[in-house]
Amino acid sequence: MSNPKVLARLRAALPAASVLTGEHAVRPFETDGLTAIRETPWVVVLPETVEQVRTVLAICREHRVPVVTRGAGTGLSGGARPLKDGVLLTLTKMNRIKEVDLDACTATLEPGVTNLAISEAVREHGLYYAPDPSSQLACSIGGNVAENSGGVHCLKYGLTVHNVIGLKVETFEGDELVLGGKTLESPGLDLLAIMMGSEGMLGVVTEVTVKLLPLPVAKTVLLGSFGVLEDAGRAVGAIIAEGIIPAGLEMMDNPSIRAAEDFADAGYPREAAAILLCELDGTAEEVAADAHRVQAVLASHGADVRLATDAADQERLWKGRKAAFPAMGRLSPDYYCMDGTIPRAKLAEVLNGIGELSEEFGLRVANVFHAGDGNLHPLILFDANVPGQLERAEDLGDRILRLCVDAGGTVTGEHGVGVEKLNTMCVQFNDEELAQFHALKAAFDPDGLMNPGKAVPTLARCSELGGMRVHQGRVPHPELERF
Amino acid sequence: MDEADRIQIAVAECHRLSSSLAIVGHGSKALLGPLRGEDTLSTQSLSGILDYRPEELVVTAWAGTSLGELTEVLAEKRQMLPFDPPRFDGAGTLGGALASGLSGPARPWRGSVRDAVLGVEIVNGRGQRLRFGGSVMKNVAGYDVSRLMVGARGMLGVILSASVRVLPMPATEATLAVACDAGEAGRLVRHWARRPLPITATCYCQNTLHLRLSGSAAGVASARSALGLHEGGDPLLWAAVRDHAHPFFADSAGSVTRVSLPRGSRFDAEDALIEWGGCQAWSPDGSIELPDGGFATTFAPGRQPSTRPVPDAATAKVAARLKDAFDPSGVFNPGVEH
Repeated sequence: MSNPKVLARLRAALPAASVLTGEHAVRPFETDGLTAIRETPWVVVLPETVEQVRTVLAICREHRVPVVTRGAGTGLSGGARPLKDGVLLTLTKMNRIKEVDLDACTATLEPGVTNLAISEAVREHGLYYAPDPSSQLACSIGGNVAENSGGVHCLKYGLTVHNVIGLKVETFEGDELVLGGKTLESPGLDLLAIMMGSEGMLGVVTEVTVKLLPLPVAKTVLLGSFGVLEDAGRAVGAIIAEGIIPAGLEMMDNPSIRAAEDFADAGYPREAAAILLCELDGTAEEVAADAHRVQAVLASHGADVRLATDAADQERLWKGRKAAFPAMGRLSPDYYCMDGTIPRAKLAEVLNGIGELSEEFGLRVANVFHAGDGNLHPLILFDANVPGQLERAEDLGDRILRLCVDAGGTVTGEHGVGVEKLNTMCVQFNDEELAQFHALKAAFDPDGLMNPGKAVPTLARCSELGGMRVHQGRVPHPELERF
Repeated sequence: MDEADRIQIAVAECHRLSSSLAIVGHGSKALLGPLRGEDTLSTQSLSGILDYRPEELVVTAWAGTSLGELTEVLAEKRQMLPFDPPRFDGAGTLGGALASGLSGPARPWRGSVRDAVLGVEIVNGRGQRLRFGGSVMKNVAGYDVSRLMVGARGMLGVILSASVRVLPMPATEATLAVACDAGEAGRLVRHWARRPLPITATCYCQNTLHLRLSGSAAGVASARSALGLHEGGDPLLWAAVRDHAHPFFADSAGSVTRVSLPRGSRFDAEDALIEWGGCQAWSPDGSIELPDGGFATTFAPGRQPSTRPVPDAATAKVAARLKDAFDPSGVFNPGVEH
């Protein structure tokens, strides 16, 4: 696309440094965290104010140019993949903390503020922002809203949807929606909830109000090492059945343990079939009492248990888990991170299924698991330089997500659909459900020019994949003859 | 044909004939005003627990399941609904709790109804049976329609079943009382909000601030001594406030106004009942002055609730379109305002 009129108007409306064109300038924006999927954007704009955002949307509306909104570009599903004939609206320059309200325990932020920057800004007041996706150093709060990001502490503290209390949203039509705020309830339909995880399909988030929590006074970390993977899975359920909600509960399988240990020297037992990391927080009395109970549960499920001795030791235990993804880089030139969620009780079954698929496809898979909330991240190891391996890895990923759906789970727990999981969405939802999603989008964006083609597959796309779809026992397109 | 099929067929027929339905569970929420509709669609026979695995912290039940039955089943496993919905006159269904979106006394600490909802099956206004979300905590596949159903008062669809998150019951709870005026009560709850205390409910009414602490015996005891509070209060207070069985509501003679207050705001109307750490107040005075960013909803017998300030035009436009997107011929609950 080369619409000189649009470009001229964008240049007139924004500072010179906020409009990027030309291959060299836009190259850094051609992909998000899902690097296998690339597209060169026609133009990248970096507004500094909400007025500039409105102007960009107005220009695009008049000329019917599609808009893709992008935060820090750390997303893992291609949700921010640019369009070659569209504007890439990048919000990283809007990164001011507008207000910290200590009476309300809230912070009001521009969308480009990074996740970690929120907690850093309020730590001196004994507060923090709870959701902590692993990309928290870089990812933006606007992107967190788009993906309903989680992190390792969401079993206890919730996802973005539980921690964002207010939004300002610019629609493609030129309206500003003020949703939620500092009250706990809002009148009318819960549009705030629907914005969470909406992947930039409904509007542009220009302001985010989050709730802040008091920093817990005490915390401890336990490491349970298991000789049998199933025992680790059962121990997770047993901890929760005890009435304990750990702040974090993470599981790693043997390939992940070895990789993480080689990389981070976290003190994990290299021979264990699985480890569980359990973090407890709260008051000192509560943490001590719960640690005792967790220790007993782990031991009764056959684990060797180690309680972190001090804060440095806690950090070391976490370091291995946090290094799991980069550690894969040592095992394999490339890895493909999946993001299914399953009922915890199905863990052993799903992991065995993944093991079988791994053999069938001839690709290694390491598993890290947010065990507390059932969010499984199988990491498929491959080498993109070997012809056909990327495609094989993607096919394997697709099969793994089907396993998750069959187990009563979902194709994406926290990474979003983006472009990556459009096909697997056809497995999880039938045509009527997908049509309802499209109708919902049209209520916010009747022109269909916000991030078109993402998050929800067209019915035609699913129809082409149709042969493979059986949704909850219902055969899709019953009106079509099958041979 | 099961009960859900029957509902689906009834809705499809209404869609075809452009007639309307009032969706009713136990009919316990007269507070929210009368429902109109050429016919009544009852969810009462759509009852029972579909799936409950305590170690998954999730329960899935038909919409017509009574809250009494549901909470009993959970209590057997020492679990509970985190949003602790009101049971006016002891009645109420899961579907009604979701559709009305009313949360109980622990709302600021354990989350709202919508916070706990993980998935729903609905019949939309076209008579299509649709599933959204699921029974897992983390799920970003598709728009979060499950949570949109909460508080929508049946405008968008009939909820057939829902999966909601549950929480373990605390080992210990203590209800404490402090004699003070409304201004002092406000100062205390704002001060406590900044500290990591196991508070799960507050309620100010008539010169007494009540406070509930929940957790392990040791945690509650240490919080109690850290707060320096020794006077006990009536633990039954919380259910009474939740269900509007508290004397305050009997005195309010039919009409009562719920004031939603911004966190941390100052609000010291002596004749109000103030709960949720100062974020929700009930007042007999329908024209009570609102703090900046707050809103008020007045409930009066036989009338639809009225909210001020009224939602702005941009939000109302999207809401009206969403109604059209889910219920194009206006089958459900005519007269319920979005």
